[in-house]
Formats: sequence, structure tokens, C-alpha cells
Amino acid sequence: MSDLLQYLITGLGGGCAFALVGSGMVVIHRVTRVVNFAQGSFAVLAALTTSTLLATGLPHGVAELLAVAVGAGAGLLVGLVAIGKPGTPPGASLIITLGLAVAAYAVEVLIWGDQPRSFAGVPGAVELAGARFQAHYLLIIGATVAVFVTLAILFARTDVGRALSACASNPYAAKVVGINVTRMGLLSFAVGGALGGLAGVLVTPIQLVTFDYDVTLIVGGFAAAILGGLVRPALTLAGGLLLGVAQALVAGYGNAAYQLEVALVLMLAAMIWQAARQPAAQREVA
Amino acid sequence: MIEVRELTVRHGAAVALDRVDLTVAAGEMVALIGPNGAGKSTLADTLAGILRPAAGTVAVRGRLGYVPEGRQMFPDLTVDDNLRLGGWAIRNRTTAPVYDILPRLDPLRRRRAGSLSGGEQQMVAVGRALMARPEVLVVDELSLGLAPLVVADLARHLRELNTDGLAVLLVEQNARLALDLCGRGYVLEAGRVVATGTAADLAADPRVADAYLGAAR
Repeated sequence: MSDLLQYLITGLGGGCAFALVGSGMVVIHRVTRVVNFAQGSFAVLAALTTSTLLATGLPHGVAELLAVAVGAGAGLLVGLVAIGKPGTPPGASLIITLGLAVAAYAVEVLIWGDQPRSFAGVPGAVELAGARFQAHYLLIIGATVAVFVTLAILFARTDVGRALSACASNPYAAKVVGINVTRMGLLSFAVGGALGGLAGVLVTPIQLVTFDYDVTLIVGGFAAAILGGLVRPALTLAGGLLLGVAQALVAGYGNAAYQLEVALVLMLAAMIWQAARQPAAQREVA
Repeated sequence: MIEVRELTVRHGAAVALDRVDLTVAAGEMVALIGPNGAGKSTLADTLAGILRPAAGTVAVRGRLGYVPEGRQMFPDLTVDDNLRLGGWAIRNRTTAPVYDILPRLDPLRRRRAGSLSGGEQQMVAVGRALMARPEVLVVDELSLGLAPLVVADLARHLRELNTDGLAVLLVEQNARLALDLCGRGYVLEAGRVVATGTAADLAADPRVADAYLGAAR
């Protein structure tokens, strides 16, 4: 029983990282219709930046915040290249993000090398009903809940959130009312970069990060985002947590080598489910 | 309020508008009629700043509100949110005056715009344009796809707004409606203004009557 609880909590922690990466993809896709495959790179960049900033003597908190800001800046940069030219089709932008994610490898290896890095998180361990886990997991879960509540408020209660949603649902009408659609797209990339960066900063204390760790994050994050149809943050959170727990259970009771396969199977199942729902949704609209 | 001189707009290699002249004075209600594909919506989009002229000048004095063709709702947002976004450019978030002008929208304010009827959506589109506190309103295809009673209701609102001082350019395929509502008009064909004058003169012009008002007129 205590093993199960431990797997659940560690799974939720890992799932939060997927949910944050996935939520960044959702924010960007909601506004621009672009699937951003550079999303995992923001996490790696922020994680590696944090390790460097902490090594230079910056205190915890400041280093992590700066790294998340670097993630946001990287998101803005990717956005400028991917959608900066008005009229770029989302498919072309997707390929650009994929290319930039690969290019990021070269930059990261050049600056940080190819050895895994980590840094300390919240110290200590917590015992709950016989299960023992690192206290850092509580920070991951708490920060993720805060992020998703903030996202819900942003999209439902603020004018900027409404404008972001408007750009996604009818870009022409958004232009009619004077919303700068390209600028809103760039804002979504910056927010996506910050969310990816936060995922990297939170996950590194429990997971060694190398330059190519983005693949793990992007597969998990994409699977979570697909469950939310690439537009619903709440379902993305559920998808990320489900995936994290499933991977933890597979690693705990089975073989950790199959964790990636779990993500791929979940993503496939979510895609089949989405495809099966599509005709019904179309009938509703008609 | 609107002064268009020698306006040329291209869609790629195709010329959509060819040296068009058009004016709308303060307090005026002007019709722009013509067949499908004549370039009417291109002119409306250019006035709203969505398309750029290839040549010529467009001068708009005062704020312009735009009701685009096809209503162009934000379907997942509520009526109230659609209205609030109408004031985005001037940071106007106060929707109460619009509900005063269009009271039928009041009970719908929490409804998703995508769930409304065509007439209700058109009213939201007009209300959204009014949120920009315009001095001139460009309405593209007010009557498109709507029942006659709904069109009559919308036309009444438009006439009241014009009586209150709002200049209106009504871009319409329904020439009879447009010439009944407006004091003056233009006829656009294949990107060119082919006739202009008072609504009465245009209605009496045999070419306009035959092409746009039906044989009975």
C-alpha cells in the first residue's frame, strides 16, 4: 500500500512536468494553431541555465525565476521565427519549431556540454501513510496547481485572455476589432516558453537533465496536450498526471525501460479517442 | 468622414478595386451596392485597415466601426465578451450603452455567441462595432441570410443610429433595402464605380433598376 502511494506521488510529480510542457503547447496552439515541437527545449534550456546561475552563487528562487524568464525569452524568439512573418501556414511553423529544437541541441552542447546536470530542490523528505518521498514533489505539485488555476483565470476572466482566445477562434474578426494577431501569437509563445521553463526548473532536482531530455518531455507533454485536443488546459493537466502515474506504476511494478512506450500508447489512445469523437462534434455544430 | 480617392486594391495579380472614388460625409447614410464579386467587401476591408491599398488614398476622419460580412463572431465567447472585445482598440470595456441601444441583446449576454441565431449574431456584430464608439459605421451585408422581419428590425436600429448622428456606409447586395435606407449611393461592378447619385436617382436609373431592383420597379 505504501509502495502504491509512493508511486502515485512520484508519478504525479513527473506528470506535472508533462502537464506544464503540454499546457505550453496548448497555449501556443490555442492562439496560433501551431504545434510547437520546441516546447521541450524551453524546459532543458531553463534547467541548464538554472544550474549555471546556481553555480555562480545566485540564491535559489532568483536563479529559477531568471531561468523561467530565459525560457520565456526563448519562446518569444522561437515565435518570432515561426510566426513572425504574417501568413506563415501553421504546418510550416511546426516544421520551423522542429528545426529550432534540433538547432537548440548544438547551442546547449556548446555551452553546457553533453553531461547530465541537476541541482538541489526543496530539501528533506516527507512521510505519508508509510510512503516516503522527497519534499520537492510537493513543490512541483503545488506550483503546477497554481499555474493551471492562473491559466484558467487568464483565459476566462481577463481581457488579454479573451483576446488570446479570440485570435484562435476567428483571427479575421480579431483584426476587425483591432487586436494585433501576430503580437498575441508572440505573447502565447512567450507564455509557452515560461511554462516549459518552469517544467524544466521544477523537474531537474528529481531528474538528471541532458541536452536531449526535451524528447522525453515533448513526448509526454504532447500526449497530455493531445488528450486536451490541444486546446483545453484542464484536460491537459489530467492527461499529464495520468501519464506520470502510469509511468511510475510501470516503473515500480514492471520495468522502467518501458516508460516512453507508455507515453506513446497513451498518446495513440488519445488520438483514436479524439478521432472517434470528431464526427459527433461535427454533428453538434451542424 | 470617409474620403476614398483613386483607390486600387489587388489580390495578388488580380485587381479587386480599380481607381475607386467614394465619400461619406458626417451624418450621412450611403449605400454601396453591386453584384457578388464586385469588390464591395474588399473596399470595406480596406476602409477598416485590414487590406492595404496598392494605389490611391483612404482617409477616415474619426473612429470607424466595422460590421464585417458574415457576422464574424467569436463563437466560443459569450455575447458580453464579444462586445467587450469590440472596444479593445480604445480600451472601452463598458458594455451598458450598447445594451441600451440594442436591448434585445441584454438577456443574451451570458450566451455563447456561436449558439445564437443569425439575426442575433448580426445584432452582436453591430453592438461590437458600436463598442469602438465610432463616428462612422461600415456595415457589410446587413441582410445576408436573414429573415425579412429580422432585417427590418436591424434596419430600424441602423436608421436610429444614423438619426443620432452616426455616419453609415451600408455595403449591400440587397439594393432595394440599401436604397430605401440611404440618401445616396454608389454602384460597384468589377471593381469600378459605374454609377453614383441620390438613392432616388439610382432607383430611377433603368440600368440599376433592371440589374438590382427587379423588373417590377
